[in-house]
Amino acid sequence: MYNASDLRKNLKIQIDGDPYVIVEFTFSKPGKGQSLYRCKLKNMINGNQFERTYRSGDTFEPANLREKKMQYLYEEDRKCCFMDTETYEQVYLTEEQVGDAKGFLSDNLDVEILFFGEEPLGITLPNFVDLTVTVAEPWAKGDSVTGKSKPIVVETGYALQAPPFIEEGEKIRIDTRTGEYLTRVKE
Amino acid sequence: MMESDWRLASKRNALQTRAAMIRAIRSFFADRDYIEVETPTRIPGPAPEAHIDAIPSDGWYLHTSPELCMKRLLAAGYPRIFQITKCFRGAERGSHHIPEFTLLEWYESGIDYMRMMEVCEELILSVARDLGHEEDITYRGRRIAMDRPWERLPVREAFKRYSPLSMEEALERDRFDEIMIGEIEPRIGAEGPVFLYDYPVALGALARVKQTDPRVAERFELYMGGLELANAFSELTDAVEQRVRFEEELKSRRASGRATYPMPERFLATLPAMPESSGIALGVDRLAMIFTDRASIDDVVTFTPEDL
Repeated sequence: MYNASDLRKNLKIQIDGDPYVIVEFTFSKPGKGQSLYRCKLKNMINGNQFERTYRSGDTFEPANLREKKMQYLYEEDRKCCFMDTETYEQVYLTEEQVGDAKGFLSDNLDVEILFFGEEPLGITLPNFVDLTVTVAEPWAKGDSVTGKSKPIVVETGYALQAPPFIEEGEKIRIDTRTGEYLTRVKE
Repeated sequence: MMESDWRLASKRNALQTRAAMIRAIRSFFADRDYIEVETPTRIPGPAPEAHIDAIPSDGWYLHTSPELCMKRLLAAGYPRIFQITKCFRGAERGSHHIPEFTLLEWYESGIDYMRMMEVCEELILSVARDLGHEEDITYRGRRIAMDRPWERLPVREAFKRYSPLSMEEALERDRFDEIMIGEIEPRIGAEGPVFLYDYPVALGALARVKQTDPRVAERFELYMGGLELANAFSELTDAVEQRVRFEEELKSRRASGRATYPMPERFLATLPAMPESSGIALGVDRLAMIFTDRASIDDVVTFTPEDL
């Protein structure tokens, strides 16, 4: 059972028997008032969305989902293919089901695929992924002021901000929960 | 060589502005003969309020605001005092909330909440000038016109303008907060800062009831750039009434299954000696968000709980 204070983006809860994922979340609390938890929820089966504001005291059932470790193989016809490396069973998720996770999927990445019964519905990424930088302006030496940043793009096409010394071809670590640059990875 | 923590390093500009802002706040009060005080962070219990949760600390609590101790100082004859202190509130986390945050509180004897609005204007304009803002401030792409006087809007009028329910109906149907957040806050202060004032008595446990309209308490909130920045009262000085209000807050906490706190007896005992005063609490982190033009409170503190 979850309490209202457990609500956050990407949490999966069950409503009227269906699994829902929180796609947008805002905590607010006016002045001396009560905590309000504004959520946009997406039905993980049919994609329908609705908005709802919850309060302290509200409780929630965790979504009855099963997680299975699978490996990302490739993308085809706007679908992503994942494989169970023990049984070689393959499943497909639509672009929509993969969502923002797409920007962090590199070949052979191990992820958790979420099943509702036998049906694959979504994906849970590892907290950190290592990706190769494909686009970055060269480092202008002397521009070494700490805290400066520049835009870069990684192999999946995902764009983010990174320190100025990052160059093309380097591998970097990204926190998939925030989408932010963490550190350079030495191979 | 270990790579430096880039995220932390990238906060440098914001942290520098924050530090300059705090210096400017201190100099404003020093120029006006306020005494800077420090009161204990760990106290036997907070002022009981229905929706503010204190974090327990070895049998006592971390203060949720320095209010009770500041008022004991007022009662002991310190008429102009201010404090910048860390406060703690459980289960408050979002882009404008962090469980450990910094409050500026100041109190002045002999003034009411209407005069306090002017002091508030003076403070923020003085800080803005010290930080090099000559006229307006831009926050998140929106221009905040700073010329005085700032808009003053009674809460009842705000409900009339922007809510399907009147203030009294909203309160009765337990929809006050929801409408405040969903309907009113997004629509006020589009041009400049705004003082919302005269809140229902039930929502101002430590505020004096307004003589000309006993349904409301002399409380105001300052909004700026869509952020709720400060909360102020004409302070309640009637110990008998204060006890009743605290009992109501405790009753509400018990009814919703929340922790209850000890009645602040020593505070109540000194309250009759407290002169007519006004006091205000201003969120230092949120003010820093405005002056650094950052969208999240995370960007103006060194570390968030998640970073530790």
